[in-house]
Amino acid sequence: MSSARQAFAGGGARRRFRLPRSAGLRFSLGYGLLFALSSILFMSFIWWGTIGFLERQVETAINADARALSQRWTEGGLPTLALTIDDRLEQNLDDDAIYLMVDPTGHRLAGNLSEWPAQVVRNDRWYSLEVTRAGMRDTAQIHAFNLPGGFRLLVGRDVRARAVLRRLLTDSLLWAWMMVTLLAISGAALVHSMFRRMIKSVAQTTSAIAHGDLSRRMPLVGNGDELDQVAEAINEMLDRIVRLMDGVRQVSNAIAHDLRTPITRARTQLEDAALHARDSGELRAAVERAVGDLDNVTAVFEALLRIAQIEAGSRRSAFAPFDLVPLLADIGDLYEAVAEERQIRLVLRLPPALPFYGDRAMMQQAVANLLDNAIKFSPAGGTVTLAAALGPALPGVAASMATPTRDVVSIAVTDEGIGMNEADLARASERFFRAESARNTPGAGLGLSLVQAIVHLHGGTLRLYPRQPGLAVRMVMPVPREAPRTGRLPRPGRLPRRGAAPGRAPNAAAPPAPGRVTETSRAPHERDT
Amino acid sequence: MHILVVEDDPTVRNFVAKGLREAGHLVEPVDNGKDGLFLAVSENFDLIILDRMLPGGIDGLRLLETIRAQNNTTPVLLLSALADVDDRVQGLKAGGDDYVTKPFAFSELLARVEALSRRGRSENAPQTRLSVADLEIDLLSRSVRRGGQRIDLQPREFRLLEYLMRHAGQVVTRTMLLEGVWDYHFDPQTNVIDVHVSRLRQKVDKPFDSPLIHTIRNAGYMLRAD
Repeated sequence: MSSARQAFAGGGARRRFRLPRSAGLRFSLGYGLLFALSSILFMSFIWWGTIGFLERQVETAINADARALSQRWTEGGLPTLALTIDDRLEQNLDDDAIYLMVDPTGHRLAGNLSEWPAQVVRNDRWYSLEVTRAGMRDTAQIHAFNLPGGFRLLVGRDVRARAVLRRLLTDSLLWAWMMVTLLAISGAALVHSMFRRMIKSVAQTTSAIAHGDLSRRMPLVGNGDELDQVAEAINEMLDRIVRLMDGVRQVSNAIAHDLRTPITRARTQLEDAALHARDSGELRAAVERAVGDLDNVTAVFEALLRIAQIEAGSRRSAFAPFDLVPLLADIGDLYEAVAEERQIRLVLRLPPALPFYGDRAMMQQAVANLLDNAIKFSPAGGTVTLAAALGPALPGVAASMATPTRDVVSIAVTDEGIGMNEADLARASERFFRAESARNTPGAGLGLSLVQAIVHLHGGTLRLYPRQPGLAVRMVMPVPREAPRTGRLPRPGRLPRRGAAPGRAPNAAAPPAPGRVTETSRAPHERDT
Repeated sequence: MHILVVEDDPTVRNFVAKGLREAGHLVEPVDNGKDGLFLAVSENFDLIILDRMLPGGIDGLRLLETIRAQNNTTPVLLLSALADVDDRVQGLKAGGDDYVTKPFAFSELLARVEALSRRGRSENAPQTRLSVADLEIDLLSRSVRRGGQRIDLQPREFRLLEYLMRHAGQVVTRTMLLEGVWDYHFDPQTNVIDVHVSRLRQKVDKPFDSPLIHTIRNAGYMLRAD
């Protein structure tokens, strides 16, 4: 309890004593204090209840006695009263009754007290005093009454037993309170240590992580209690951080490699030309090659920026309703010539119309990237198909999309090229990822990442399916049932754009898919339609 | 042509000025927005090449908006490291006629400069027929003839030829074709444009003695009569 008292003192003299810094200590002190105070309250109630009841009982008995005696006086006067007092004393088996009747001069007429106690002068209050009765000193509760003609009556009860009981009760309550307080202190200590243990493991883990050890995890007890839940939440958070860190590391490694390589090449060529070129023709050729390498650097750099920008979801401002079919037909037209040149058949399977809501330029780029890849990896004589369809969302697909949207547009590009193995499929849309078999074709490994970012921005998913032979890449994106009207609702604080600032449809406002979850799942049985 | 170049980076400014002078233009290089604005309003230029981020309190867009507010219709080509779609739209909205992002190839810049200067002259009178040497196209009936012989073209091929004809005698880059004919603003990895041009050549040049569509190394294409 000393600690609790300290806390009290702290309340009174704030300047000298401040509440302890430790939250655990404050918590347990509060607990102990509350426990001790409530037990004090509880025991006081018992004490007052019991003692008060006994006292009231005595007073009631004395009053009843006095009333009966004054009745006797009215009926038979002084002799009857004296007789009644004697009777009562004789019948009093507990030997706790005290009576005394005196005449106006103070002589005893009846009763078991030898003389009127000097303290008793008033007759409107209770006296609790020591009386000597039959040679024994006792504690008694006494009340005085005036009788007509100057006679006085004293009625009382011996309360020795009550006093004993009171002492007993007080003692046992005090003991009980001490035990409870001890319990409270140990409980507080227990709470304190539990609290500390819990905080300590969190603090240790998090500080280890803060110092760079990302492999640490919160220990789990395994019973699923609140502590475990906190630990699990923290562990999940850590897993996510590790994944993000991995992503960043991967990208920075890739940047280091994919940008450093062409920069190195350009630099080497320039230096070599500066040192060894024999004529201006050689010099010029080296410079031109270096410029080409630097252009590559710029292209990679721009693609990376674009992906980052799209993933940040900042480009939804250009969303507008439009028909996908002319867009797809146009891109098909653009690539048809390339395909033909390489003796690849480009087949377009498009419905009459496909209402869509999104960013036109981005969709163009996404489809162009897919066709680019398909043609790049197809052998002569192969067929590349660009197909699009509108259909109800499949349950698995709809989960990641805005709820009121039920229709989805799926755009699939399939080829009969070299395809990818299972492991590569899963990583295909990672930045800078290039399958081993694609090492010899030009490209930086950013095409599919960009497509994935665009599809995610439209609230959809990108899936890759292996074919025999070849590969099918399918973009599945939700279409709002109610295609938003082209009402001009420029966003506050932004200039309305040239012909491309429609109001955002609430339906289409599917959250941009968070992070880079690889949705390139393997579904060997699923074929493109 | 009399061209004002407003660009704060000395390397880029000198490079652009030198290249344009070599191409036979009269160049006035300026390194800040204030001087640029002063020259732009006090002298008569055929074209202004304008950087967006400029020192001296007046940036490229302010300069552009100011001269446009004075009904100055000199073609302006914005040259900027701000490469976002939004930045581009902002630049064109402020009154820019073309937008080239840094880093850029000089051939691209030059081709666009030439195209802009041509546009200022030819757009005044709407044409219904275009002809270069013995090749002529009718924009109304969308028919193509060369040496009196009719050539059948797909709609897209017609638009490609039309674009080349409109810029006859000028270098046209692949990016310009992609933007002007297909209205695409991204960079396809494969040589899609080359393939389309070569298809057009099959029909327009191959059956005849002298080719009209020429490849300009490191730059693009040019349609001209030799």
